Amino acid sequence: MSEKKTERREFLFTASYAVGAVGVGAVVWPLIDQMNPDASVKALASTEVDVSSVQPGKTITVLWRGKPVFIKRRTSEEIAEARAVKMEDLKDPQKDEDRAKNPEWLVMIGVCTHLGCVPLNDKGDYNGWFCPCHGSHYDTSGRIRKGPAPTNMEVPKYEFVNSNTIKIG
Amino acid sequence: MSNQEYVPKSKFGKWFNDRLPLLTLASHLADYPTPKNLNYWWTFGGILTFCLITQIVTGITLAMHYIAHADMAFESVEHIMRDVNYGWLIRYIHSNGASMFFLAVYIHIFRSLFYGSYKSPREIIWIIGIIIYLLMMASAFMGYVLPWGQMSFWGATVITNLFSAIPFVGEGIVNWLWGGYSVDNPTLTRFFTLHYLIPFLILGLVVLHIWALHVPGNNNPIGIDIKKPSKDTVPFHPYIVLKDGFALLMFMLVFAFFVFYSPNVLGHADNYIEANPMVTPAHIVPEWYLLPFYAILRSVPDKLMGVIAMLSAILILAALPWLDTSKIRSAVFRPLYKQFYWILVADVLILGYVGAMPAEGLYLLIARVATGYYFIHFLMILPILGFKEKTIPVPLSITEPVLGGSPNLATVKKKRV
Repeated sequence: MSEKKTERREFLFTASYAVGAVGVGAVVWPLIDQMNPDASVKALASTEVDVSSVQPGKTITVLWRGKPVFIKRRTSEEIAEARAVKMEDLKDPQKDEDRAKNPEWLVMIGVCTHLGCVPLNDKGDYNGWFCPCHGSHYDTSGRIRKGPAPTNMEVPKYEFVNSNTIKIG
Repeated sequence: MSNQEYVPKSKFGKWFNDRLPLLTLASHLADYPTPKNLNYWWTFGGILTFCLITQIVTGITLAMHYIAHADMAFESVEHIMRDVNYGWLIRYIHSNGASMFFLAVYIHIFRSLFYGSYKSPREIIWIIGIIIYLLMMASAFMGYVLPWGQMSFWGATVITNLFSAIPFVGEGIVNWLWGGYSVDNPTLTRFFTLHYLIPFLILGLVVLHIWALHVPGNNNPIGIDIKKPSKDTVPFHPYIVLKDGFALLMFMLVFAFFVFYSPNVLGHADNYIEANPMVTPAHIVPEWYLLPFYAILRSVPDKLMGVIAMLSAILILAALPWLDTSKIRSAVFRPLYKQFYWILVADVLILGYVGAMPAEGLYLLIARVATGYYFIHFLMILPILGFKEKTIPVPLSITEPVLGGSPNLATVKKKRV
């Protein structure tokens, strides 16, 4: 009899804790989720850029989602250099063909994958980018070659709306 | 302790104390038996309390004028500096106050390391202290972001990006911290809120820190257990109050020197340029008090491992009471530990220095050696030293070396064991 009572009580305790935990979770989640990117931030998802005035070898920087995006019109030497690299020399192997569909235009988020600084154009040991914060070197395809950054600079989703306009996002 | 029988003199005092024993508490604090050999390194607890109160008072007054918005924050700080009555003074006290706070806390921590104040039975005091130290770093970092200058912005970017090193969920956590896809207005407003909140959390923990301290009582320069109250103790008031007060005055001289003569020497000129998400300053460094950990972060070539090393460097301190296997507290009686202690002090200073330098060439090499030594000190030297070291016999009481005799029973018992 008493054993049965204990079982019953334990079941009631467990059930109460479980319901309590769900209740606490339901209350806490809105308080946590309010910190996530809100609707107005998400609404700024795409931006269109006119690239007609960019000369070969030059880079322009535009702001997309609060982050700089590098749009580089590469010279033929730079393209050749990027494509000649052997995959085994890369820390994060990725073909230049996959990063720049149109080889003349390299579009990528200008944020160092180490800790988020903006790398400098036409600097570093690989004629690409150099991050001044902690010394990461990127090549002419924006791939990490030397330094603490773990991955290549990210290529965002983009498309050519027409020959002069790139839509990022 | 005598305060158990404490009875207020006035009738009203007695009436009040029967209902809320605040006077009993005050009497406990005043009579609190304190080792009579405490030196000036023991005055930093009081100095730190002063620093916390100063930061809270100046912070609340600054918040009356500051505007936490990405478009207005920078200007509102300039407004405080130029237009608000005594705004320059209040802000300089607050910004330099952060540095003074860390100066005092580092002395306080290294005092504990030298005299073994973290050892049994004071582990909880020590761990609460480490939590306070972590909260101080978080609050100082977020406070530094508020003026929304270039260093603010890029400091915030780099530090929040540390979380992106976490596999799989890192990116999501960083976006959650930012409230967007980069450091922006949502980040600023939440940092302001938390910067305002944390000092009060620290205040609460300080109460626990002191409460936990009053259970075993203060450690002391010779690190032995003493009988309380006894010939070895003096009441907190007036002896320690006056000593603390004098030390505080000296400390305030240093504080005032920075505030009035070189208020910007501990900051970075780049922070007088408004935040620009398109350009990273050529050389970004954190505030001086975070440099040793920054050096550890940069000395590891792998992103995730670098972040882990940096966090471990702080968290390892929480395990210190168990890593240090020596039963003798004070370095005074530990000839070898004393030497390793000073090597550690030098090691941390070196880390701080290379943390301010570019992470390349010789600096990087030095940072790696110093990082390695830092961990060796805690993980290898301290545990082994406790067994190998030949310590100097400790006196039986504080008065014994001078007056002879009068042994303290607790110490004698320990010695016989």
